[in-house]
Amino acid sequence: MSLLDPQAVYALWLRDVKRFVRTPSQVAGTLVFPLMFLVFLGTGFSDAALPGIPAGVEYIQYLVPGIVGFTMLFGASFAGLAILGAQDTGFLKEILVAPVSRTSIVLGWIAGGATTALIQGSLVFLIAIPLGFRVANPLLLPVVAVVLLLLAVTFVGFGVALASQFSDTQGFGLLIQFIVFPIFFLSGALFPLSELPAVAQYLGRVNPLTYGVDALRGALVGASTYPLALDVLALGVSAAVMVAVGAWLFGRVESV
Amino acid sequence: MSAIRTTGLSKRYGETVAVDDLSVTVESGEVFGMLGPNGAGKSTLIGMLCTLSTPTDGEATVNGYDIRSERDAVRDSIGVVFQEPALDEELTAAENLAFHARMYGLSREERRERIGDLLDLVELADVADDPVGEYSGGMKRRLEIARGLIHEPEVLFLDEPTLGLDAQTRRATWRYIERMNDERGVTVVLTTHYMEEADHLCDRVAIVDDGNVIALDTPTTLKAQQGGDMLELGLEGDVVTLTARLEDTPWVESVTATDAGVQVALAGDRTRVPDVVRLADETGVTITAVEVHRPSLETVFLALTGNTIAEAAAEGKQ
Repeated sequence: MSLLDPQAVYALWLRDVKRFVRTPSQVAGTLVFPLMFLVFLGTGFSDAALPGIPAGVEYIQYLVPGIVGFTMLFGASFAGLAILGAQDTGFLKEILVAPVSRTSIVLGWIAGGATTALIQGSLVFLIAIPLGFRVANPLLLPVVAVVLLLLAVTFVGFGVALASQFSDTQGFGLLIQFIVFPIFFLSGALFPLSELPAVAQYLGRVNPLTYGVDALRGALVGASTYPLALDVLALGVSAAVMVAVGAWLFGRVESV
Repeated sequence: MSAIRTTGLSKRYGETVAVDDLSVTVESGEVFGMLGPNGAGKSTLIGMLCTLSTPTDGEATVNGYDIRSERDAVRDSIGVVFQEPALDEELTAAENLAFHARMYGLSREERRERIGDLLDLVELADVADDPVGEYSGGMKRRLEIARGLIHEPEVLFLDEPTLGLDAQTRRATWRYIERMNDERGVTVVLTTHYMEEADHLCDRVAIVDDGNVIALDTPTTLKAQQGGDMLELGLEGDVVTLTARLEDTPWVESVTATDAGVQVALAGDRTRVPDVVRLADETGVTITAVEVHRPSLETVFLALTGNTIAEAAAEGKQ
């Protein structure tokens, strides 16, 4: 057996995608939060002048990349929940007893979770267009795709790592809420971090979502805090670290 | 070659000893049963043999591969049907099997061919495209047995394969297991706490209690060790004389008086019944009723542990 087994990764990916497509309620459910943020904040603050937002950038333009980033975080972190769900139904045993490396299994989960998160993130974009969102430079859309992918991989890896430390879905679901929202608020998704206390600004700088949202703004709106290359690099590092941590922690799961 | 060989295998969870210094050998091609109450350590043993958990002590090989250092070779050569169903209920039967085939690295041709064959074998071809969530317990079990066989394992582990199934489905499941063993020569290791199941299916049975194997042999030998059949006779007439004559007979172990007649412990089996009838005729005693009790694996378990399997399970839970 090799470290990486493409067919097994494909099997796990295919399973996730099939399950996702067959439960429209789940698709809708994960979109409710982002859409509420988008509609209420986007329209409510449409004429507000927030300090730190570059001149000439409407709030909806500023908000949409943030909400897309949040959708990726929200959708991807719940991929961990799917692992615990598989444990509840016993299906995880079927996966663990197969002659497939733990790394391949984690990559399979990540591929599946990232795909479903990407679909969700793209849906939020599509819905944002009738709300007044405009893409500044369509030539940068491939960069947007790369950023979304790196964000998804980062947070699915994070979800897998967390899930490997839990044995039931309830405690995990609760914890995710406590982690997801601070990551969201400390990412500059809703407002510029420059107005926050220094401690919060430091936390924001080690937050992968900060770079994800900044990169999306850079590519879509043309206004970013950091250079686009730096954002993509930071995301690449965080994705690699999260995959490694997820694979390592999951590899230590002995039995179920 | 032995399919499985364990030497001094132990698993402890803190203070609790689930499997205690177990040494046992399973031969290739046999149906090997582990009979014992819930909590006897059977599932723990299966968990170690299929590499889902690591032994605290001791050694074991499956198909010649070490369960610690050659995990992947072990996983490649075994099929497992767990005690609780381990199917994806949102996928169809065919999709569950395809998932499994991909995880075990089968080519597209092998996958298609074997999925078709196995669905026919377990008679699920008609419902292959229905979500498994709509299946009955028996159908799920059959699907899991089929799945365990797709990658043509050398050894198939079945942990309580008929738990929770009705009598008819249980019989049908037995037939599938027998057919797998006959037609494909796969070694079957199953755990059960149903006496009839061990008796009916297994070439050899290990009786397990408290993490130990306390007896291991063919069901016939195990039962024979418990002595011969027991006759319960209803009698009218000169019972005392008949009792005396029976006691003088070499194939009678003991005779005990009962309300309606006598209880005769035979050294042999029930082929002695005509002889008993002849003796009664000669003594002028009328036989009003005959009942033959054969030793079962339950008798064996009772004799070895002083408990019935149900009692042992109840004790284990406390």
